[in-house]
Amino acid sequence: MKKSDAFSPGPTPTFEESAKESLSDSQLRRNLGKATQTIRRKRAEAVGEMPDWEGLREAGRALKERVMRHLDEYLLQLEESVTRAGGKVHWARDAEEANRIIAGIVKDHGAEEVVKVKSIATDETKLNEHLEREGIRAFETDLAELIIQLAGETSSHILVPAIHKNRAEIRELFMERLGAQNLSDSPSDLTETARLYLREKFLAARVGISGANFAVAETGTVCVVESEGNGRMCTTLPPVLVTLMGIEKVIPAWRDFEVFMQLLPRSSTAERMNPYTSFWTGVSEGDGPREFHLVLMDNGRTDVLADEIGRQTLNCIRCSACLNVCPVYERTGGHAYNSVYPGPIGAILTPQLVGIGDPGPDSLPYASSLCGACYQVCPVKINIPEVLVHLRGKVTRHKQDRGGPRQKLDPENVAMQTVARVFSDPQLYEKAQRLARVGQWPFARGGSIGRLPGRLAGWTAVRDLKPVPQQSFREWWRQNRGSV
Amino acid sequence: MRVALFITCFNDTLFPETGRATVEVLERLGVEVDFPLAQTCCGQMHFNTGYQREAIPLVRRFVEIFDGYEAVVAPSGSCVSMVRELYPMAADFAGDGRLAESVEELSPKVFELSEFLVKRLGVTDVGAYYPHRVTYHPTCHSMRMLRVGDAPLELLGNVRGIDLVELSEAEECCGFGGTFAVKNADTSAAMLSDKIRRVLDTEAEVCTAGDNSCLMHIGGGLGRLRTGVETAHLAQILASEAEEG
Amino acid sequence: MVEAEQGIRLVATAKETILWRIRHATRDVPEEERPEAVAVERAYRKEDRADRGEIVARFAERAAEYEAEVHRVGPAELPRAIEEALRRRGVRRLVIPPYLPREWIPEGVETLHDAARSRLTNQELDESDAVLTGCALGIAQTGTIVLDAGRAQGRRALTLLPDYHLCIVRERQIVGLVPESFASLERAVKGEGRAVTFVSGPSATSDIELDRVEGVHGPRTLEVLIVG
Repeated sequence: MKKSDAFSPGPTPTFEESAKESLSDSQLRRNLGKATQTIRRKRAEAVGEMPDWEGLREAGRALKERVMRHLDEYLLQLEESVTRAGGKVHWARDAEEANRIIAGIVKDHGAEEVVKVKSIATDETKLNEHLEREGIRAFETDLAELIIQLAGETSSHILVPAIHKNRAEIRELFMERLGAQNLSDSPSDLTETARLYLREKFLAARVGISGANFAVAETGTVCVVESEGNGRMCTTLPPVLVTLMGIEKVIPAWRDFEVFMQLLPRSSTAERMNPYTSFWTGVSEGDGPREFHLVLMDNGRTDVLADEIGRQTLNCIRCSACLNVCPVYERTGGHAYNSVYPGPIGAILTPQLVGIGDPGPDSLPYASSLCGACYQVCPVKINIPEVLVHLRGKVTRHKQDRGGPRQKLDPENVAMQTVARVFSDPQLYEKAQRLARVGQWPFARGGSIGRLPGRLAGWTAVRDLKPVPQQSFREWWRQNRGSV
Repeated sequence: MRVALFITCFNDTLFPETGRATVEVLERLGVEVDFPLAQTCCGQMHFNTGYQREAIPLVRRFVEIFDGYEAVVAPSGSCVSMVRELYPMAADFAGDGRLAESVEELSPKVFELSEFLVKRLGVTDVGAYYPHRVTYHPTCHSMRMLRVGDAPLELLGNVRGIDLVELSEAEECCGFGGTFAVKNADTSAAMLSDKIRRVLDTEAEVCTAGDNSCLMHIGGGLGRLRTGVETAHLAQILASEAEEG
Repeated sequence: MVEAEQGIRLVATAKETILWRIRHATRDVPEEERPEAVAVERAYRKEDRADRGEIVARFAERAAEYEAEVHRVGPAELPRAIEEALRRRGVRRLVIPPYLPREWIPEGVETLHDAARSRLTNQELDESDAVLTGCALGIAQTGTIVLDAGRAQGRRALTLLPDYHLCIVRERQIVGLVPESFASLERAVKGEGRAVTFVSGPSATSDIELDRVEGVHGPRTLEVLIVG
């Protein structure tokens, strides 16, 4: 069921291939269209009531820029603060090391089950699969994560991972996998079923695993933003808590929450504030876990950091506003991106994290019409179109420079080289214009072109093409205004 | 005022009528138009598709050819946004400080037609007559990169005889996106189908925009489905006058 | 590089490697640049200049918009209001955090007192009907209640497992804007490392077709009594 994604070994399917499948799934199209349109409208309202939104965005961007330029210092400060507050900090170079550390902690406590609160970082490392191989069962406790875990599927949205499933599908799944009887398809009945199932798990769990939305260098405070209360359960009830975070999630000071805790809820769930946010600082005597481990993971992030244009990608606070406004995402859904990070942000983050050279991630920067809607809503002002264009350049140059002799014959490359030469010389250019007029006659029928050959056939699959007119503008100019 | 017309390779070859209309509107307003014949392409297609090395010579040519004009006007939001928003990135990529300086000097003088008329000349009524039901699609690059705002709608609002109808979800991309329409043809088609549905909902006879690239895409779909709805560049509507004058 | 510097120990730790990678990746940043030198312009509102009455009213309105049940009561009426609220919900076993003002503790229900020396078990909390607490702050802008494990609030589990949370907010505890809340929590966090929880309405999910459902894992009912 699970397809290979960008973070698994082996080649990944391209966006174009995967999108084809999603685009013809009418149920998915309907669910996505409805969901993204609703949340888009609500976000606009939530942001609209903030007269200082642009000021907050700029502060958020600048704070993140400050962090990225001095990430080493902030991480060292974070480690010191967490340690002082009674927590233990671990460093993981890659996914495998992170998984090994976490599994080690779970085994040290003799636990065979863990409860987890939604964490994309652990999806990135495929932690659940790793734990399973070590004989540890991980229970996802976020409702949507539970749904997709039970269905054996992968997330299709950063914030609403089961956005592709409707109530009837979920009802069937719960009846089959949780043994629920006489279940209606009302969201409240379905939610109640999950509540009862998971309450037992929360009370019994000895280890909780979470991600982190932010971690404060100054105080060592870690923050999880959520709605359901499963985050509070996982970070409060089990005696041992392990948090996995990407190194880019650090923020300088406690007071900086005044920026991010305004930007994040309105951008992500379109709420003034999400129902629950937990902030914990190491271990508190008599309150919550007795042991706290914070795992700081690189896994490709320093490669992103090294790219001066790509660096801003690390500003991302995972709000998913860019997904909801993206006209491409709205139609293809998240699975087409073959990554735990879908949508516009995924299209720039994934190829940078895994590196150029795999056809799947390499296709992602092209999964955009460069309409710019994502940049407009990004709460930390990541110029996604700019990074997309930059990465397209990297992908193209990688192919040109490392693709060998076959690349020289790649039709796109050949066409682009030819056209570039033509555009560099006005005489050649005018000759080409005339040639196009002559060359099109086999395709023009009754005043329009209905079918083009080769790679251009994609255009005429659904669109007519006007033939090249008999007189170019410059010819008209010469005739009517005389050459200057 | 004397301006240089940057026609764009796309309009030059495929939509000469848009160029003629642009000249007509500008001259009607007393603007002297010059057309540097050495111009070809701004390099957008190459740059945005990843062929950035190949785009740099085109960027250099553009900057040389249009250097020294008081203003450069183009009937394309997309090509203007390439010059204004992406040329600095291109100059950085080329690692050429002198090019960066020239770009910095030139780019604020490059205007999309509607923005030139409204923001630079302060004209919102160009004396056009166009007795048709029209809907306006704000193209992404005009709207989000150049921020032309309501300039096109102000101009259209003052066209005599026009029946201007609002397009719902107007700000959503039509799905063209340059080579995106070919590389991701299926997704592009899915976006197009929604745009077409919204255009048809307006019951307009004509869909207009400030970019022929988007219009070729929308018009291509409208034509294939034999909807009878036409597309016309904003410049052509603004150039239209009553027969009797 | 790390290896070379270390001399004897040939294998770098993960920490050393990551820090080296970061420094290498940010070598465009001038050596002498201090973090504070990266300008952060804070052009946003820090303080709500509206009058107190307006701020309190906004808190009441916005907490209610997030489906919390909100009542405003005078200090003298408070004990009655608490008893009534609990009776309306049919509460029999009520969890009481340490240092809850004695006059708030109602008659006629079984009270389960949590104390440092004798903590209630999770099982006991799970089987209780409700919890009665005060709070650290209220935020008018967002209708949020802030708990900081301080007086009359207790540890985090107390407000998590019972299905009904009755929270008393004094008018003077209400701040206008989000930045004001983080400013006033700074001491509890920096000085004492206390856990802080923001609560905005009852537990909720929109995971199924974006339909909002109240009550997933946290308390399904949040009731707020504003005392002024």
